[in-house]
Parts: sequence; C-alpha cells; structure tokens
Amino acid sequence: MLSIQNLHANLVEEDKAILKGVNLEIHSGEVHAIMGPNGSGKSTLSYILAGRDGYEVKAGKVLLEGQELLEMEPEERAALGFFLAFQYPVEIPGVGNMTFLRTALNAQRKMRGEDAISAADFLRLAREKAKHLGIGDELLKRPVNYGFSGGEKKRNEILQMAVLEPRMCILDETDSGLDVDAMRQVAAGVNNLRGKERAILLITHYQRLLDHIEPDHVHIMADGQIVESGGPELALKIEEKGYGFMSGEAN
Amino acid sequence: MFHLNNSVDVKPREGVDHQTIETVKNVGSHYRHGWETEIEMEYAPKGLNEEIVRLISSKNDEPEWLTEWRCAAYHRWTELKEPNWAMVNYPRINYQDQYYYAQPKSFEQKPKSLDEVDPKLLETYEKLGIPLREQMVLAGVEGAGESPADGRKVAVDAVFDSVSVGTTFQEELRRAGVVFCSMSEAVKTHPELVRRYLGSVVPMTDNYFAGLNSAVFSDGSFVYVPPGVHCPMELSTYFRINAKDTGQFERTLIIVDQGAKVSYLEGCTAPQRDTSQLHAAVVELVALEDAEIKYSTVQNWFPGDENGKGGIYNFVTKRADCRGDRSKVMWTQVETGSAVTWKYPSCILRGAGSHGEFYSIAITNNHQQADTGTKMIHLGQNSRSRIVSKGISAGVAQNTYRGLVSVHPKAKNCRNYTQCDSLLIGDKCGAHTVPYIELRNHASRVEHEATTSKVDDDQLFYCRQRGLGEEEAVALVVNGFCREVLQALPMEFAMEAQQLVAISLEGSVG
Ligand SMILES: Nc1ncnc2c1ncn2[C@@H]1O[C@H](COP(=O)(O)OP(=O)(O)OP(=O)(O)O)[C@@H](O)[C@H]1O
Ligand SMILES: [Mg+2]
Repeated sequence: MLSIQNLHANLVEEDKAILKGVNLEIHSGEVHAIMGPNGSGKSTLSYILAGRDGYEVKAGKVLLEGQELLEMEPEERAALGFFLAFQYPVEIPGVGNMTFLRTALNAQRKMRGEDAISAADFLRLAREKAKHLGIGDELLKRPVNYGFSGGEKKRNEILQMAVLEPRMCILDETDSGLDVDAMRQVAAGVNNLRGKERAILLITHYQRLLDHIEPDHVHIMADGQIVESGGPELALKIEEKGYGFMSGEAN
Repeated sequence: MFHLNNSVDVKPREGVDHQTIETVKNVGSHYRHGWETEIEMEYAPKGLNEEIVRLISSKNDEPEWLTEWRCAAYHRWTELKEPNWAMVNYPRINYQDQYYYAQPKSFEQKPKSLDEVDPKLLETYEKLGIPLREQMVLAGVEGAGESPADGRKVAVDAVFDSVSVGTTFQEELRRAGVVFCSMSEAVKTHPELVRRYLGSVVPMTDNYFAGLNSAVFSDGSFVYVPPGVHCPMELSTYFRINAKDTGQFERTLIIVDQGAKVSYLEGCTAPQRDTSQLHAAVVELVALEDAEIKYSTVQNWFPGDENGKGGIYNFVTKRADCRGDRSKVMWTQVETGSAVTWKYPSCILRGAGSHGEFYSIAITNNHQQADTGTKMIHLGQNSRSRIVSKGISAGVAQNTYRGLVSVHPKAKNCRNYTQCDSLLIGDKCGAHTVPYIELRNHASRVEHEATTSKVDDDQLFYCRQRGLGEEEAVALVVNGFCREVLQALPMEFAMEAQQLVAISLEGSVG
C-alpha cells in the first residue's frame, strides 16, 4: 500500500534536516503504530506524505499503491485515498462542517470520475457515521472545527475519515485530548474501518490507544529515522521503560 | 479550473437555475458576461452640452419641469470638480468622448408588451443567466408568472443600456397597489411623486457624478409602496451595459410609505471590452414612518482583464433617507466587478428610532480598485446603525473601506456598531480601512472593530488534504469569511453571490 524509501527531507525556511532516511513498508490490511520522542519528526513525516508546503525532499521516494506520491498535488493524493487526521485540526470560520465535508467528498468523487452524492444522501450518511462517534447534530451544523473543544476536533477528524473512506489513513495523535468515552468511540470508529483494503498508521505516545486498536507493527522514530521496529510488545516496553533503554541516537 | 457545484450549500431550484449553474461552471478563467449583443443602436452624438441634455429629455418625452431640472443640473455640474480623495487611480476621463444616450433601434417606438421586444434583447437576458424564472416571464413564456412551489417571486425590470425593456408581474403588483416601473414611465404615470422626491435625497449638487447623472440619466427603476402594504414579492432590476463607449446613468427612486415594506435586488453586468466604460448611477430611497426597505446589489460589471485593461468605472451615489420614525433601511452589496469602484451607500437616520444597516462584500482581484463603504448620519434620537464590511484583495488589487459614522448633538441615545474585516490573498495587494467618526453627544455610543488577515495556508492545506482543489479551497474559505454578509442577501442572490466570489477570485492563487 505505502512504501517509504530512504526519505530525507529538510525544512525549506531553516534549511534544517528533519527526516534523515525514513524507511517504512505498510501493506493493505495492516495497522502500524509509530511512537517516538517529541520533535523526532513524526508529524513532519505525515505532512510530507500529505503534500504540505515548506519541506524539501532531498532524497528517497514514496509509493502509494505503486504511484509516486510526492509528485502529486495534495488533493490528488486525497482522491487516491490518502487521508491524514491532523494533530492540530484547522478551524475554518463561516464554513459549515457538513458543507465542507460534502464539498470534499464530491471533489474526490469528481476526480475519480464518480457522480456527486446528493445533499440528502450525504446528510443521511454523515448523520449515521456521526452517531457512532457520539457527534451530535449541533456540531455538524457549526463551522468546521470552529470553537470545538480539543476532543471534539479529534472526533470530527475521525468522522471525516469515516465518510471519505480513504485507503491509507494516518492518524497523528488522534488519541491525545480524548476523554475515556471518546477514546472508546474513536477506537471503535477506527476498528470499523480496519479491513483488507485499507491500511492505518497511528502516531501516538500512549499504549492506551493501542489497547483499543491493536497494531500489527510498532515502530520507534527518533531523530528523523525509524530506529526500531517490532510487534505490539515494543509499545509495552516503551510504556514501561521510556525511550531511554534504546541506543543513544533515540534521545 | 475548478468546480462550483459542490462548494455551495444553497440547493439549486428547478428550471433555469440549473442552466445558470452550468453557465457558471463552464466559465473557466473568463469573465462570464463578456459577450456583446449585436443590436442596431441609435446614438445621440458624442459629448455633452445642453443640446444633448435636451435631446435625452425629448427622447423620453418628458414634461418641461424635468427638462429644466436636467438643464439646471448640467450647468451646476460644469461647476463641480471630480473628486480625488478616494484611494483609486484611473486615467482622466474625457467626458466629451462618450455617448450619453443609446437605445436599440427597435425601440424607437417603445414596445407595448413583451411580445414586441426584439428577441435579440431577450436572448441577452437569457445569456445573463441571472434572472431565473423571471427571465421566462420577460421572454413572455406562458405560465411562467404562476406561483412557484416555494411561494417566492421576483418581479424584474430589465434595463438594457439606457432603456427599460420590460417589467414583469405588473398585474399582480398593481393589485397590491405597488408601483414598479421604469423611471421614464413613472414620470408619465406618477409625475407628482417623481417631482416631489427626485433629487430630494441626493441633490443634483451633491457630488460630481450625481450632478452628471441628474443631467443625463436615461432610465432606471421607480418603486412606490403605499401605506401599510408589504410588497408581495421581491422587486429586481437587471442592468446591462452593452453599447460601446457609452456611459450608463441610471436613476432609481424608491419610496416606501408609512408602515410599508419592500425588498429590492439589483444585478449588473457588462460586456468585456478593452476600453473602460463609465457608470454613474444614482439611487434614492425614501422610508417614511415605520417603513422598511431592503436593498441588495450584486455588482458584476466587467472588472477589466488580468492586466488591468478595460473594465467599468463605477461611480455610484446611493443614499437612503430614513425620514420617518422607526423606519429601517438595509443595504447589502456584493461588489465583485468594475475596474474602479467608488460607492458609499448611506443612510440619513432622520427619524427617531430609525435603523440603518450596511452589509458589504467587496472583492478586488488583479488590477481592480475599490474604495467603498457607507455613511451613517444619525440625526434622530435613538437611531441605530450597524456596519459589516468584508473586503477581499488578491493580485495587485487595492481595497479600501471608507466609512463615516456621524452622530448629531441632538441625536441622543444612538448606537453604531462597525465591523470591518479585510482578507488578503497573496502579498502584492492592499487593504485599507478609513473610518471617520463624529460623535457629538455623550449619550450615544459608537463602536468600531477592524481586522486584517491573510488567507491562511493551513486552512488551504487542510481543505486540499480533504480533496478540494486549490481555487476551490480559496473560494470556500473566502465564502466562509463573508458568511455574515451572504446571509443578509435574499435567497435568490445568495447562491449567485457565492459563485461570484469563486469566479472573481480565479487565478488569485498558485
Ligand atoms: N515550521 C518549523 N519551523 C521550525 N522547526 C520546525 C518546523 N516544523 C517542525 N520543526 C521542527 O522539526 C522537528 C520535528 O517536528 P515534528 O512536529 O515532526 O515532531 P513530532 O515527532 O511530531 O513531535 P510531537 O511528538 O511533539 O508531536 C522539531 O524539532 C520541530 O521543532
Ligand atoms: Mg507531532
């Protein structure tokens, strides 16, 4: 599904290297988790994959279903099924949450040569998905993320993911800021999307999320590289011992 | 190229609407009203002098008082100076190198019914795509005047170059006692009203452009709503400049009597030309006791090309006189077109407890310049005003909000709230806010808030990650920025306006 090969990237403004040779293979049907100290480059990796401006790829390549991801516009990546749940979801004042999501869905469908979904069908779909995530009608009507609480924003990201049905999902710290119930609902939402056709990459600091969504593989990122990979037990080890037990470069 | 069908939240209605949307969708990066209709025109000779003024008056078959009024205006105009305080730059206009009167040849004899209207003219309105069902009415389609399912109607007066081509729903309006016709007709059918109110809100000496208009105005719309009548439908005028080198000087007069109510919409377009054209209109509104007027404009005159060539110079004087106690006037404008806009729809809040509102979206892209805003003159006690202005600049455009809030010493307990937000797209454009506040008593309160922000890259990236193209993302974010004003528009115009926002920002990113 997603193949990241020796990815090196700099911040354009500071000419500072952030990613220093990331390698990662994710196959469809799998759930991966990336953990790692603050500032190790996890969000940067997800932004570069999504096509955000401000980074310069120095070396390496990324394939999504065999296609060169880094050469596409962000919206083309989205239409191809790439989705990023943001660590800090963005507020868009004045634009209704539902208008936004329907516009996005129809834009993707259009790029894929599919027919637009009608307003009525869309509303039914969105309401249904929202219910499972504990998102009320009131939140659907408000402007996108505008004045939402931290937890509401995270839920809204998962709602978007559930409606857009992407194939490659990256969730950047979707668990932080969630209360216990929200955590359960969000995890259920993610588990619902688990399937043969789809791959999920969780970026997280806590075992707590992984208790609910059991990953197939866990990776540790440190200083712009994946320094260790393993099964779910690796996450438990980190939870217990911190990153200190690993070789010096992890710190 | 971007697609609009997903970016609007207003559900298109049946019929012509879909065609309108199609038209809008297919415009690409071009001004969509840039075509020209080939109709044989009759012109008055170029230039301006008393002879021309008299000619215009006689073409309209006007009574002597009006001819003399025009001539007086002409002579006063020759003594007035073109204003230069606005933050706009344009080459000197040669007022002697313009036509001041143009009318389609087939109009030598004015048509008695729409059947007699040149089909080319009606085609023009069809191409405009703006009039929805009403355009069928204009075209005389049988049954088109029946009540639509949602019970909303719009009566349309269409003004093509200088001449009104027809007004719809006449019969139904007449039954309600509402007068809605062209100005030239009103001069004949309601001379007492015209004579009493014409120039009573915007005097002929008010300013250079108003003076010019008073001398040469050709046609426009007239509305009178009698006491207690709530006009049963929206009234609307579509203005179209077609003829070359011809200034357009329409004149609108709306009088709403005690306790009466009306909502009026105005739409404007012009062909794409590489020479600039002058538009100097005057709109006068009179609201008597407890009267309510809602005046909405979607201005989409040709803005000039990407290099700043051509486009309409829009110098317009719009003013409302809230004469009666508790009268209320609400101006809403969406200004997307014109090369240069100079326009300050204002309210004179004379009546006690009278109420003025101004909602504005002004978008400037490429080389467009807009200096627009409002004046709220509080003369009556307890009068209220509210100003919400959203200015958007892209390209190398300049956008200025200029607003005056004045509270007279005797106007106690007045309130004004002003909110001015500017949004910049790119870093070569400019936004300016120039508020003038004259507060002359302590029992009144004036509040002013202003913000300037850049279109946020994170917002655009967020939209694009979800699948929106770059221009679609900008249109969505900007529409969100303008929401408060868009919501103040009547339904019919809200969708049109959202699409205009998108169109006028084309090419502003990337
Ligand atoms: N715009 C920027 N300007 C300067 N430094 C930046 C910028 N963006 C990222 N960085 C730096 O790049 C490094 C990686 O940041 P990144 O956000 O990817 O870390 P992270 O692994 O997601 O951390 P966290 O766990 O705290 O979310 C950090 O040192 C950060 O300060
Ligand atoms: Mg991060």
